[in-house]
Amino acid sequence: MEIRVDHVTRVEGHGNVLASIKNGEVQKAIFEVVEANRFFEAFMRERSHEEVAHIASRICGICALSHNSASVQATEKALGIEVSEQTALMRRLIMDAEMVSSHALHVYFLVAPDLLGLKSVVPLVETDPDTVNLAFRVKTTAYDLAEVLVGRHTHPVAVVPGGYTSMPDATALAQMRERFVGLREDMRTTVELLKQLELPAFERETEYVSLQQPDHYSFYAGDIVSTDGGQVAADDYLDAFSEFLVDHSTAKHCRWNRDSYMVGALARVNNNWKQLHPEAQKVMEELGFKPPVCSTFMNNIAQFVETVHSIEDAIALMDQLLARGLKEEDIPPVTKHGRGVGVVEAPRGLLIHDYTYDERARLVEANCIIPTNQNYANLDRDLEAFAKQIADQPKDDVELKLEMLVRAYDPCISCSVH
Amino acid sequence: MSNKPRVAFFDFACCEGCQLTVLSIGEPLIEVLKHVDIVTWREAMSEKSDEFDIAFIEGSITRDSDVPRLKRIREKARLVVALGSCAALGGPHVSANRFETSELLELAYGNKAEQYEAGEVRPISAEIEVDVPIYGCPINASEFVLVLKHLLLGRPYRVPNEAVCYECKLNGYECVFDKGMICLGPVTRCGCNAICTSRGHRCFGCRGLVDDPNVDAARDVLEEHDYSLDEIIGMFQIYSHRAPRVQQLAEAAAEPQKKRSKGSEPWRFGSTT
Ligand code: SF4
Ligand code: SF4
Ligand code: SF4
Repeated sequence: MEIRVDHVTRVEGHGNVLASIKNGEVQKAIFEVVEANRFFEAFMRERSHEEVAHIASRICGICALSHNSASVQATEKALGIEVSEQTALMRRLIMDAEMVSSHALHVYFLVAPDLLGLKSVVPLVETDPDTVNLAFRVKTTAYDLAEVLVGRHTHPVAVVPGGYTSMPDATALAQMRERFVGLREDMRTTVELLKQLELPAFERETEYVSLQQPDHYSFYAGDIVSTDGGQVAADDYLDAFSEFLVDHSTAKHCRWNRDSYMVGALARVNNNWKQLHPEAQKVMEELGFKPPVCSTFMNNIAQFVETVHSIEDAIALMDQLLARGLKEEDIPPVTKHGRGVGVVEAPRGLLIHDYTYDERARLVEANCIIPTNQNYANLDRDLEAFAKQIADQPKDDVELKLEMLVRAYDPCISCSVH
Repeated sequence: MSNKPRVAFFDFACCEGCQLTVLSIGEPLIEVLKHVDIVTWREAMSEKSDEFDIAFIEGSITRDSDVPRLKRIREKARLVVALGSCAALGGPHVSANRFETSELLELAYGNKAEQYEAGEVRPISAEIEVDVPIYGCPINASEFVLVLKHLLLGRPYRVPNEAVCYECKLNGYECVFDKGMICLGPVTRCGCNAICTSRGHRCFGCRGLVDDPNVDAARDVLEEHDYSLDEIIGMFQIYSHRAPRVQQLAEAAAEPQKKRSKGSEPWRFGSTT
């Protein structure tokens, strides 16, 4: 049986699934990336430090806030720019908005149709408008929070290395807080919906990699840890894993302790679930998520668990910011030049921007490690194992299920060939 | 098959942020959806169809091998809309054109560079005819709805052609030149409601130049604040490096005596170092 799915749908970017199965044996199962490279690392060179984050967020429309955050973090470290406590709180809050908007898009709009036997969310507009409205509401609320915080989700306008060109309006932020409180009910409704859906059964033990902070569930900065053991500071990521090229992809692959690892919601929940908000831990239990979970399809449940966490975390952070009072602050000065590594957890996993600046604060070198690249090798291993497991099923089913496996990763393909 | 207009979305090299902006419109989008049939939208749905009336194309062309797909879309569509600055102008990655393709490939793929294809970054209008461009990186969601409404009613859409300063002043925002920033608002096409300056940042020129940039006025503003036009042109490289109008503007700027910038070296249009 020869499987070929060109341009897998309901994912970001262009990729194909190729598999060949003979007498129940999988001879090949790969994800081929055909997206055109845009060469961000090369052309961001020579740009001034003030322009770099503006450009870097354009690597990806879905995780623009993550790229933007990793970018300013790298620039701040490279140029010795110290950020204020208020800025640090804002950065965490922005990442919560990012998680909710991206996870909601993926879970409700891209994955749910598969589980309901539909080809897209469009038919639901007529048959189940309440759920569609709920989905739009969750996503739009997160989008609106980003708008209040930094002007726009895709692409943020008020973020610069060192802080913000202007702070959000306190009244607007207080309103966002109330709207986030309102999402709690939508989360409860979604839990009930998810309980009724059945995910494909598939398990394969692998290595899970994520950021970790001692005192909170981290989406912004921290050390890099692996379930296979190993913990490195962000600056030393090159000691841990490496990127390499494979013939079937315009995007690079990555490895650390073994031939593949996984990043993203599943990796984060597996590694850091004890730091999740109690409400998120409760949802985790209700949905039968018992870490460590080695089923890639459960990544979507992990995304939902994180959505619940981020809503709670965002409410707490907004309370904190509002209680302190939002203050317009001066942008702290550049104090040195050299190399800086920025790390965040993008919705799809660990994201690294590694910059070097010259004495005029112009970028001379950039290296960006994208979550989806880190997942490609693991996706190929998963495709092979899953294809073997379902090899005796009709071709259409095999095709659809392999596509679903790709979607479970929530790959961001154009991002990965940046 | 209903007789509603059939709408399709396609993308080439880009960040897909413009499609995402469409997806995030929320209720007004659901409203518009009632009047059209979306027949192809890879990012959002699995159905695909080769028959459509209106094609929204996002992204720029960077590889010759993508051109046939683009031309096929043009042949099938009654109307082609360039969705966002990548499609309409080349997008933020046009500044890759400052470098040799071989250098880019080598940086990205090392000794395997030869196995990969790349080329000059260009807007889709370099290859096919575009009926309506929607500028912006990303597009403005309300403009998208407006354009779609015009198309559905068969009315011509007037692409905004005032400078961002116009919207900025209309809103009463503080001019960021006063904070020491170089703003591209005086020569950039509006339509974004001056979103960047509304938050105290400068305009980066993401919507490209207005049709007839008022070079003199721009120069006056810049001179008043002690910047050279070279600097502003360098900044325009972010979004429309090869656009002929940027080139014209650069030439117009070069005519009168050149003014050196204060501080660091100015950006030279087309410089590769
Ligand atoms: S115009 Fe900007 S936001 Fe739109 S696809 Fe291109 S890079 Fe992304
Ligand atoms: S120069 Fe920029 S900030 Fe000043 S009025 Fe024009 S758009 Fe607004
Ligand atoms: S202000 Fe300038 S950079 Fe910002 S959205 Fe408008 S045109 Fe684009």
